[in-house]
Amino acid sequence: MEALGLLLHGFSVLLTFKTLTFMIIGLVLGIFVGVLPGLGGPNGVAILLPLTFTMDPTTAIVMLSCIYWGALFGGAITSILFNIPGEAWSVATTFDGYPMAQQGRAAEALTAAFTSSFIGSLVAVALITFLAPGIATFALQFGPPEFFAVYLLTFCSFVGLGREDKHKTIISMSLGLLLAGIGLDTVSGQLRMTFGWSELLRGVNFLVAVIGLFGISEILLTMEERLALRGHAASISLRVVLNVWKDLPRYWVTLLRSSAIGCWLGITPGGAIAASFMGYNLAKRFSKDPEGFGKGKIEGVFAPETAAHASGTAALLPMLALGIPGSGTAAILLGGLMVWGLNPGPLLFVEHKDFVWGLIASMYLGNVVGLVMVLTTVPIFAAILRVPFSAIAPMIVVSCAIGAFAIQNAMFDVWLMLLFGVVGYVFKKIGIPLAPFTLALVLGNRAESSFRLSMIGSGGDMWVFWSNWLVGSITTLALILLFWPLIHLAFERARQSMIPKSWRLFG
Amino acid sequence: MAEENPTAAQPVVGMRSVEVVVYLILLGAALLLGYDNWRTGMSWEADGPQAGYFPFYLSVLLGAASVYGLVSKLMEGGASDAFVTREQFRRVMQVFVPTLLFCLFMQWLGLYVASFLLITGFMWIIGRIALWKSLLAGVLFSLIMFLTFDVAFDVIMPKGPLEAAFGY
Repeated sequence: MEALGLLLHGFSVLLTFKTLTFMIIGLVLGIFVGVLPGLGGPNGVAILLPLTFTMDPTTAIVMLSCIYWGALFGGAITSILFNIPGEAWSVATTFDGYPMAQQGRAAEALTAAFTSSFIGSLVAVALITFLAPGIATFALQFGPPEFFAVYLLTFCSFVGLGREDKHKTIISMSLGLLLAGIGLDTVSGQLRMTFGWSELLRGVNFLVAVIGLFGISEILLTMEERLALRGHAASISLRVVLNVWKDLPRYWVTLLRSSAIGCWLGITPGGAIAASFMGYNLAKRFSKDPEGFGKGKIEGVFAPETAAHASGTAALLPMLALGIPGSGTAAILLGGLMVWGLNPGPLLFVEHKDFVWGLIASMYLGNVVGLVMVLTTVPIFAAILRVPFSAIAPMIVVSCAIGAFAIQNAMFDVWLMLLFGVVGYVFKKIGIPLAPFTLALVLGNRAESSFRLSMIGSGGDMWVFWSNWLVGSITTLALILLFWPLIHLAFERARQSMIPKSWRLFG
Repeated sequence: MAEENPTAAQPVVGMRSVEVVVYLILLGAALLLGYDNWRTGMSWEADGPQAGYFPFYLSVLLGAASVYGLVSKLMEGGASDAFVTREQFRRVMQVFVPTLLFCLFMQWLGLYVASFLLITGFMWIIGRIALWKSLLAGVLFSLIMFLTFDVAFDVIMPKGPLEAAFGY
């Protein structure tokens, strides 16, 4: 097994005192931002990213990914104890987690949540370990047309499969692509959309936009809703942990099903939220006691948490192997990689072996250490939630400003962050999704240059995107996904008109 | 507290009006960017598209989606939900205005002094937390940030007269 050998090498990269220290710092910071209402995985990673600018890439990415694990674990604490989902995909965890806390079984619910997150992530990391190198090797043969086809597939699946109004997704995506195009055009060397304004020469930085869109706008929204924090106290004893673990084998079907759903939807762009709901609903449907769900059933915590974390982790697979993030957080991690001058994609596995395997090894280790940490420190972190929000809000604003400034040492970026904060607030309220915008902003330039490189290669012939079976099938699939709602509709119509009325049993 | 006020639940502005305004702004942006890219060159040359080709058609797409949103909102009948109520708007402004001031002060006073002012001021005036706690939190947080970023990690933040007095 070549992957295992490389993984062991990864652990050897990881096991230095310095890396381990930053790993633990990352986990603590991550749980901290995960517990704070209004901040979750993507926001936490975006705000804390500047901390890592002066580190070497391996230490930095290990710390960042640990911030992410920590945030995921922390999110479960708020969902269960306070009924406030830290992220959209924690919503399903509150269905049964909070009733359990109300019944005085908070410790049990927390243990279940942490354990199932751990299992979900572990399955997904194993998937990454064994699949990513293969996919990367395969993708090494990709030329610009293949890459453009994959980018197209990503964008189209957001439009075709997203649940929001289509025109809102299109607005969000085209706006992101347009902003990505501001500044110097790398292919022709011309300036675009700068309107003679020198601050715009650098273009709109992706991370500045993310800090504004997620960090500042969340503060505005949280303040507007004025969350009343009334939670349940909890501390976890070893006895509870062992009791929950003893029952784990009984739920193996649920755990396995949710892991599989999570992995599959995580690789598909934009699937993490759907994964947690799907995990929950399927567990309910296949359960012998569907009535018990929503009233504090431990299975109702296992199912969505496993799926959410499996998908959150699996979203890193396309990011590492193809350079295409499967989720918002993966997009931010990708932005981080580019700050350190690393070009995500198949070449990463060849040129930066230490980095890639160090990261993958840190996913294993970060999960184990994170699990132990959250199980032992829940009371401390639950206490953070009793700190008044009016003390936390200004500190988050300051952290956001530091983050935005540090990326390019520009005051202009701080103003840009504030603008994006307002835009994010308004967009969230009127239902324009932010994920397509984020994805478009981070991938825009590469999608465009791969398109133009393929055009230069083919002499301006569009058929290059159908020139061989691989690129042809990806492009076709992208177009099918784009028009999926229409195709689906046509299919339904056709079926209804084909079947005579008297045959329709379920019409 | 103010929420007992009968006007508190009144909407400041309706959801539909905000959507219409957003679509108009987006349409304006689409026209502006579309014009700029048309000037840059949006045609198709022998070796592929010119620099403005992609952004031009993206502007068209953005404009079309905005027009669609605009028309569908204007055609829609019935009452509109509140975008923000008066009370909510007041609370959002409570955090937005200090943030705006903080960004302004950051330019003249440097990041750390501005962050001290923001944290202490916000906790004391808006959070109604005891002055000594607010002062302590402001000083400690700014100091920790300074030690973390400027000293330990060499991430240089904007400075003002206070830091200059200490020789930074």
